Formats: sequence, C-alpha cells, structure tokens
Amino acid sequence: MLSRIQFAFTVGYHFIFVPISIGLALMVVFSERRYFKSGIPADKAASNFWIKLFTTTFAIGVATGLTMEFAFGTNWADYSRFVGSIFGAPLAAEGLLAFFLESTFLGVLLFGRKKVSKGFYYVSAWLVLIGALLSAVWILIANSWQQTPAGYAIEDGRAILTSFWAAAFNPSFAPRYVHTVVACVIAGCFVVASICAWYLLKKRHVHFARQALVTALVVGLLASAAMPIIGHWHALEVAKYQPVKMAAFENLTTTRKNAPLYLFGWVNGDGGTTGVSIPSGLSLLLGLNPDHEVKGLDIVPPADRPPEQLTFQSYHLMIALSFLFIGVMLLALIMHVLKRLENARWLLWLLVVCFPLPLIAINMGWVATEVGRQPWIVQGLLRTSDGVSPVVSAGEVWTTLGLFGLIYLVLFIAWLRIFLGIIRKGPEDVVEMLEAERASAQPAPAGAGR
Amino acid sequence: MSLESIWFFLVALLLTGYVVLDGFDLGAGVLYPFVARTEDEKRVVRSSIGPVWDGNEVWLVAGGGAMFAAFPMVYAMTFSGFYLAIMLVLFGLILRAVSLEFRHHDQSWSRVWDGAFFLGSLAPAILVGCALGNVIRGVPMDANGDYTGTFLQLLNPYSLLVAVTGLFLIVTHGAAWLALKSEGQLHARAVQWRKITFWIFAVLAVATSAATILTVSRASDNVLGRPLGWFFLVVLALALLYTIWQMTKEGAELKSFLGSALTIIALAGIAAVGNYPEIVPARGTPPDTSLTVTNSASGRLTLQVMLVIAIIGLPPALLYTAYVYRTFRGKVKAADAEY
Repeated sequence: MLSRIQFAFTVGYHFIFVPISIGLALMVVFSERRYFKSGIPADKAASNFWIKLFTTTFAIGVATGLTMEFAFGTNWADYSRFVGSIFGAPLAAEGLLAFFLESTFLGVLLFGRKKVSKGFYYVSAWLVLIGALLSAVWILIANSWQQTPAGYAIEDGRAILTSFWAAAFNPSFAPRYVHTVVACVIAGCFVVASICAWYLLKKRHVHFARQALVTALVVGLLASAAMPIIGHWHALEVAKYQPVKMAAFENLTTTRKNAPLYLFGWVNGDGGTTGVSIPSGLSLLLGLNPDHEVKGLDIVPPADRPPEQLTFQSYHLMIALSFLFIGVMLLALIMHVLKRLENARWLLWLLVVCFPLPLIAINMGWVATEVGRQPWIVQGLLRTSDGVSPVVSAGEVWTTLGLFGLIYLVLFIAWLRIFLGIIRKGPEDVVEMLEAERASAQPAPAGAGR
Repeated sequence: MSLESIWFFLVALLLTGYVVLDGFDLGAGVLYPFVARTEDEKRVVRSSIGPVWDGNEVWLVAGGGAMFAAFPMVYAMTFSGFYLAIMLVLFGLILRAVSLEFRHHDQSWSRVWDGAFFLGSLAPAILVGCALGNVIRGVPMDANGDYTGTFLQLLNPYSLLVAVTGLFLIVTHGAAWLALKSEGQLHARAVQWRKITFWIFAVLAVATSAATILTVSRASDNVLGRPLGWFFLVVLALALLYTIWQMTKEGAELKSFLGSALTIIALAGIAAVGNYPEIVPARGTPPDTSLTVTNSASGRLTLQVMLVIAIIGLPPALLYTAYVYRTFRGKVKAADAEY
C-alpha cells in the first residue's frame, strides 16, 4: 500500500510538469518559427521568454521522471520480474530513441543561441518537441500494455514477448496516445493564455501578449473541441477491452440495457448511485442504441472490482472540466473576434486563474484509468499486491516517502518562485537586448575571466 | 557469442558511457565548492557542463532501461536490494538537475542551490562505485533472487574501497574537464586538483586490485584467465601511462581528459570480464542462486527487438552528441555563459 502511495504521489507530481512542458515546447516551436521567418528582435525576445519557461519546467520533468523508471526496480521488483521482457523494452527505447534527441537539442536551445545558425536553432526547437512526443509514445506503449496486454505468452510465471508489433500497438495505445497528447496541448494552452491574460490586465508587454494569446486560444479551442471525440473513441475501447473499468466509471452495478449516463453523482454506501443521469445515456453512447447491453461490475467477483467512488468521481470530474475548457476557450475567442476581450477584465481574470484546471483534469484522468484497473497491475494477469518488492520494508518506504514529500515540496516552491519570477520580468526589452548583443560582440578585454 | 552475452556487454557499455560522460560533470560538481571561488568562476563551472549534462544522464536512463528489458531479474534484485542507496542516488540526481537549472534564475537562493549541486553530485559519485563493489563481491540472495542482507552490509570494507577509488577517479575526470574548459585561476586550480586526485586514485586502485585478488579471487581469476581480461588490463596500463604523461605537459588538457576517460572504460571492461557470465554473484548462499546472463535474461524476441532498437538508436545518438560537444568546444568564458 505504501509503495502505491509513493508511486501515485511521484507520478502525479511528474504529471503536473510534463503537460506544461509539452505545451510550452509547442509554443517554443511556434514562436521560434515566427522569429525564423521574420528575423525581428521582438520575436526573438518572445521566443527566448518561452524557452526560459520551458526549460525551467522541463528540468523538473526530467528529474522526477528518473524516479519513475527507478521505482519499477526499487518498489515493484516482482512486477519487474514478471513484465521485464515486455515493459522494460519501451523504457529502454524511450531513452535510446527519444531522450537522447530531446536532451541533446535542449542543450542547444539553452546555450546555443550565439553558437549555431538561426536555421539550426529552429530545427533544434522542432527536435526537442519531436523528442518529447516520441518519449510519450514509448511510455504510453508501456502503460497501455498494462491496461490491455497483447503479444505475449506466460512462461514460468513470467510474461514473455511473442510479437513486438502486437504488444506495442496493443488495443488501447492509439486512443490513449492521442487522448494524452491532446490533453497536454490543452494544458499548455491554458498556461500560455493565463500568462498573456495577466499581461493584458496589467497592460504590460501588450503586443507580445496579444500575439501569443491568439495562438493559445485557437490551438486551445481546437484541442478542447476535439477532446470529446477523442475521449469517446477511448471510452469505446475501454468498454470493449476493460468492461469492468467502464462499469466503475459509471458505477454500473449490474449488466443491463438502458444503462444511464451520470452527469454527476455519489456512490452510496449500499453500492448504488445518487445523482443526475441521462436515462439510457451510456447505452446510447457505447452502442448508439438504448437497448445496447452494457456490462456491469457484476461480471467479476467483488474481489476483482476497483474502488467505485474514487474511479467514479475522478472520471466525472475530468469530463466536467473538459467541457468547461471548451466553453472558456470558445467564449474568449468569440470575445477576441469581436475585439472586446481586452476590455472584458472578468474574462481575462478567468483565463488567469484557469491554468491549474487542465492539470487537475489530466491527473484525474490518470487516477480514473489506473484506479479503474485495480486490483490488477497488469489487467487480468498480475495483481498489484503481487508486484511489490518483497525485500523493501515499510520503514524504508516511509523514509523515502517522507523524503520525496519534502524534496518535491521544496522543488515545487522553488519552481513556482522562478516561474513567476520569469513571468514578472517578462520578455526582454528589445532595445536592451540589442545593446547587450552589441556589447558582447566586441572583443573581450585582455585578462577577462581572471 | 550468444544474444544474452551481447546484451551483457551492451548494458555494460551503456553504463560505462554513463560513467565516462556524467562522470566528468559529477566530478565537476564535487569540485565546485573547492575550485570556484568567485561568482564568475562558479558560472564557468556550471556553464561548462550546462549544455551536456542532461544528455549525459540519458545514458543512465538508457542503461537502466536496457538492464530492465534484457535482465529483469538483475534489475529487480539490485534496485530493490540496494533500495536506500538507489534512492539516495536518485535524490542526488534530482537535486542536482534542478539546482543547475534554477541557480541562474534565483540569486536569493544561490547558497541553497550551490549546496544542492555539490551534494547532488557527491552522492551518485560515491554510491555508483559502492554498488559496483557489491556486485563484484557478490551479495547474499534467496532463490527468488531477492537480496537477503541489510543496508549496512552493503557498506562493507571492500565495496567502500571501490566506492572511494571510483570517487577519486570521477573527481580526476571532472578536474580534467574543468582544466579543459577554463582559464586563469580556475584553470590553475583544476590542474592542481587533477594531479592530487589522480595520484590518490592511483594508490587506491593498487589497493583495490590487491583486495580483489585476495578476497574476490573469482573475479581476478576470470580477468587473468581470459584474453579479453588481458586486453583491458593492457588498455588500463596504457591509459594510466598516457594520462600521467599528458598531465605533465602544458596545454594537453584534451589528451589528459581522454586519458581519464579511457581509464574508466578499461576499469569497467575489467569489472565486466571479471563477473561474466555471472551478473550478480550470490555470496554466502548456494552459488546456483547467482544471477547469470542465462538465468536472468528476458525472452529471446525481446533481446532481438532491443538489438534492432539499439542499432537504430545508438549511432545517431552518438553522432549528434558528438556534434553538440563540437559546437560547444573550447574554453568557457564568464561573459558568454548564457542561459
């Protein structure tokens, strides 16, 4: 149980920074593209600003990501023994095929502005984004395999790979990948919109903020609007391959036709649900027919069912939030088209404060999918309780959990201070930037650095 | 050579790549409080590793992932058995990564980040050697391949000796890097440290060799009984002589850096040959519980697929890594330390 808490805590934390950095990587590519084409210093200053925010966030993503890889060996030794043949490969591939690319060219973005050509710098921005998207491919292959294992055989109590393609492109990979990446884009757009809206409220860097805000609103609206369709695709796959999880999402206790779809609700002590529902809604969504039979929790014994309340609430909170995102983005974009956005201070404030919501939605989605799979760590094959390290004592996990809590708290405070500090400073002033460049272009006086 | 053996040496190669590459930036981090006195000097140290440390750490991610995929039993045994030690490495790497990125943006916490950078470099630099020492010496384990000893038993004299030897090699390597990248006072101090730490390492290396021959004869017999073992011994001797020779010359910083890199490679090769075909030998328990390349390997198809991935992935990674090192070659000046 302790190892579960530690894993959930460290992943949840990691999963705050990853979406922000993927979203910001996209913004870096956009702004660097603009500078590459225009060559005007203001665009360079804008791009530098996003790069600073991106790298600050990325640093935490890297550091906390290493925790995840190690955790399989440290806390989940028996799980590692069981799935190593399959689960380890994508992790290694992630390092070899994605992280090398991402981190190497991140170095160029951080330190190479003066050392490489403009074109190469622009390509580097792309390569960092591609590296990030590739790493998401591999880690989600690994995760999807836990949900919908495929391409394996069990030999001597261990899962052995029998088909690489079947295991990699297991049933839930494609919808999960699109769903997760688009969610990260939404989160990134909300962070960008929040920063820009704040500048507009404070009447600072107005030109910069306007430009970036439009990008964030357009991309954000497209991504948010696509989400119900992508989510539906994903839900169909879950209903087909993980019916118990689907049943837990809606707390459908018995297999039935005319299964209702809850807008919100509460799982009662007796297992029923109190709340507002659309009659036959779930049957309609999953089978386009009110008479479509949806499998309930009763298809498996109680010991094989996930915790209903947590699964239900996290799933519904995610969905409610995702519809809110469409509304906010749409409203802001309409007001922008009507040229009334900058006077609507309430709406700008709304954009400022909304940025944590997509991060909450993403974490809720993750809770829903992982808790909804319980009691299994690999769906149908290995129970979570059978995956933990036999030799790691509760005392040791308590110690490290405490240290993780402390270190992550300090990191979070530091990250927030620095992130807000960069925002408070804003993009560089173009005149100052040009002067600084002129000064550094002159040969350094002899003896400098001594 | 069997597929399992190829993977044994590939995992060893990736982990060696990690020690060679991240080794110098860890070493630079350990030396940081001692060689860099002014704010400018500190900035030069951080900037010299700034563009590359992240890519260097990917070698650990790739090596760890490859071990997980190719030898899940070993991954599970060592990571859970060395739980607290691994966690300390992890905390070190986290603190270090974050302090490097944050220090520049955050003047008011500069002392906190400086301390985090030093400690975060020191912990992995010591513990990596300690883990290696235990893996050479062998660890007690049961039939499931679970570690049966305690945390304190990991801190046995032999492993501590390997740890300290490794630390001084890493610090020498870091000093060689700083000598290569810096000028003026900082350069002079780095050259001084390089000399001192190298000779301490040399004395410790002799002690480690003697201890290995006396207490872990299995490993020394393996090395002395195999052509590949002799090959790495010869490489080691040449690397040491080359390093000593280059260190005495002025302006041969790159060559002396390559000398310490080659020393690490030779020592890692010797350690790998010494253990093969065992990966983690059992100690004090029946020897048939030892984790070997055959009984701890994962499925055949996994090893084949992984080999394809490595062949596709590694060459371009090496190529653009080399390109980035070339882009950032030369001395780092305080003025162009740009974030």
